[in-house]
Amino acid sequence: MGSSFTLDYPVTERSAPEQAPTAGTALAPELRPRTPLAHDDQRIADARRGTGGETLADFLGFFSIGLGLAETLAPGAVARMIGVDPQSDRVRNTLRLMGMREITSGLGILSKQQPATWVWSRVAGDALDLGLLATALTNKENKRGRTMFGIASVLGVTALDVMNARQLARQEETPSHEARDHGMIEQRRAITIARPVAEVYGFWRNFEQLPQFMRHLERVTMLDERRSHWVAKAPAGASIEWDAETTEDIPNERISWASLPGSQVHNAGTVEFREAPRGMGTEVRVRIEYKPPFGKLGAKVAKLFREEPGAQIHDDLRHLKQVLELGEIVLSDATKQRGMHPAQPNTEPVER
Amino acid sequence: MKAACWMGPKNMQVVDVPDPQILNQSDCIVRVTSTAICGSDLHLYNNFLPLMERGDIMGHEFMGEVVEVGRNVKSLRVGDRVVVPFPIACGVCNACTSDLWAACENSNPNAWLAETMLGHSPAGIFGYSHLTGGFAGGQAEYVRVPFADVGPLKVPAGMRDEQALFLSDILPTGYMGAEMCDIRPGETVAVWGCGPVGLFAIASAYMLGAERVFAIDRFDYRLRMAREHTGAITIDYTQVDHVPSVLKDLTGGRGPDKVIDAVGLEAHGHGPLYLHDKVKQAMRIHPDRAIALREAIHSVANGGTVSVIGVYAGLVDKFPMNAVVNRGLTIRAGQCHVHRYLEPLLRRIEDGDIDPTFVITHRLPLAEAARGYELFANKQDCCEKVVLTA
Repeated sequence: MGSSFTLDYPVTERSAPEQAPTAGTALAPELRPRTPLAHDDQRIADARRGTGGETLADFLGFFSIGLGLAETLAPGAVARMIGVDPQSDRVRNTLRLMGMREITSGLGILSKQQPATWVWSRVAGDALDLGLLATALTNKENKRGRTMFGIASVLGVTALDVMNARQLARQEETPSHEARDHGMIEQRRAITIARPVAEVYGFWRNFEQLPQFMRHLERVTMLDERRSHWVAKAPAGASIEWDAETTEDIPNERISWASLPGSQVHNAGTVEFREAPRGMGTEVRVRIEYKPPFGKLGAKVAKLFREEPGAQIHDDLRHLKQVLELGEIVLSDATKQRGMHPAQPNTEPVER
Repeated sequence: MKAACWMGPKNMQVVDVPDPQILNQSDCIVRVTSTAICGSDLHLYNNFLPLMERGDIMGHEFMGEVVEVGRNVKSLRVGDRVVVPFPIACGVCNACTSDLWAACENSNPNAWLAETMLGHSPAGIFGYSHLTGGFAGGQAEYVRVPFADVGPLKVPAGMRDEQALFLSDILPTGYMGAEMCDIRPGETVAVWGCGPVGLFAIASAYMLGAERVFAIDRFDYRLRMAREHTGAITIDYTQVDHVPSVLKDLTGGRGPDKVIDAVGLEAHGHGPLYLHDKVKQAMRIHPDRAIALREAIHSVANGGTVSVIGVYAGLVDKFPMNAVVNRGLTIRAGQCHVHRYLEPLLRRIEDGDIDPTFVITHRLPLAEAARGYELFANKQDCCEKVVLTA
């Protein structure tokens, strides 16, 4: 599992220097938004920016896998559909090969690593398909009507592919996208806690307290001012350990950390604190990125069982809120253990 | 202990389960003396709400005697007699301190589930599916009550169980339905549904200054209760072609100033739209039949308010947004912030402004809970409200 990935890009996005109050020029100066806050918000909004092509890319990824499976598992049926000889071994083998190509493209697109490249690989595949179908047209034994229909369908999908690849290629070089291209998964979550910023920051600053609300952590030990040792629970009773370094610590504002090179699981995180409006306490915004042990597909499978670390972050933040606001994590009979249980008392101990 | 458990659609059973324990140090354990079956329990019984598990203890309207308190409980002692609000609220989060108790940010341990379906999570609720936390309910001999210092209201010594019990849900819910209408003197209000919540909404509308209240239902005995106990002018919608036209006749063509939907997702009706809803609901394309809500929106006067206290669990189809926008309507809705209304409504009961016991038609022992559900669900024996006693 040992990842050799090293951190070669900045973990945190530094906030831009404060600007002169130029935003909202249509408004009288006293009515304009307070610039530092508005600027900070724009940065947060932009951090989530993609290209708008991600949904279509997902669709094309699943489409690729579906078509690929059909070609690989039922080449005869596909052959009949496009009007070529379903009995011919050459046809069947070609279809199987094309099917495997489709599946590869599909998985590549869904992995979200350099998605534009993977969608271009579909365009190349479309060209290959069109070439093969054109060749099929020259054979008089084939049902040309069906082949023509096949060509029309591929042309339609090709248009979508080209459009999507060009859209995805507009992806900006942000740290998030760079991390994603390196196979990292990024999670962002935020919560408001009705306690003062100094208290919330102070609680998080002591990493040894993190297991109090992060359910997947067993313990964190500070090795010195900057370095810490983390032990997390892994499936089937195993545990994963790594050393991390605090890469940034601005009191009451931001803490960043990253696992040290050579760690079992690469991960890094940033937590930002900001005073909430109207005296509502503290806004806590967390960004965690990690390299999943079994790749992104592994993470997708884990998500089905709700074991993906990203899905835990929001529960973790909710638990932090409960620890700070109430002093303990709220339980119900059905949720005191993991998995589904009826909402009735049982004598089992609370499972953390 | 004995508890009424959901064992599948239309299958309630009273079974032996372990006694509840203190799980959080702000909990108390209550020995239930009286509990009731709520109309919203019927949505679970009829399987219209998602995320139920075989064995879930039902019930969110209950009261009783405190028998155990957690270390951090300050305001309650063993022996106190309390009535418990159905939403579970922590009392310290921003929602609770803004008087929005049913939107408590801390009390739903399954908030992630609710967020997926609703965008944000509401408060946890006793015995009301895993979407609202998987809390064991109060149709049992004992129940664990979280945040004992926040929810439970001590019941005055002279007050009978039956007078106080409905403070847990249906009286405040009906009252909030009327309060959301911001009734001004002389205004007319129409209420869809003459179940217990509808009846309390009618009574509350009069308490809050409505001049006339119209009530719409299809069961004779319910319409009779609305007339006799709450003074409503009643309309049997199965006997008229078009309820909005009748309401126009009654209001000089203006329509009622304020309307309340106390029906929710299992509304009945007649005509093609009802069939459309019924088919789609059966096919699970969209689970909610919003016939009453649509009719209420069409009926209300221009600039009027539509107050929704009926239960909705899923999406609603054919929603008349055109009427809402073009006629400048206001829609207000909510699970009741019961904590807000406990003290004021207790005072109203003590002062004799309202006697909430009039809704009770059936009193059964807890052991007969299954029969209570059947009676209530099928409207048998003129069933309006079932109270279960230990």
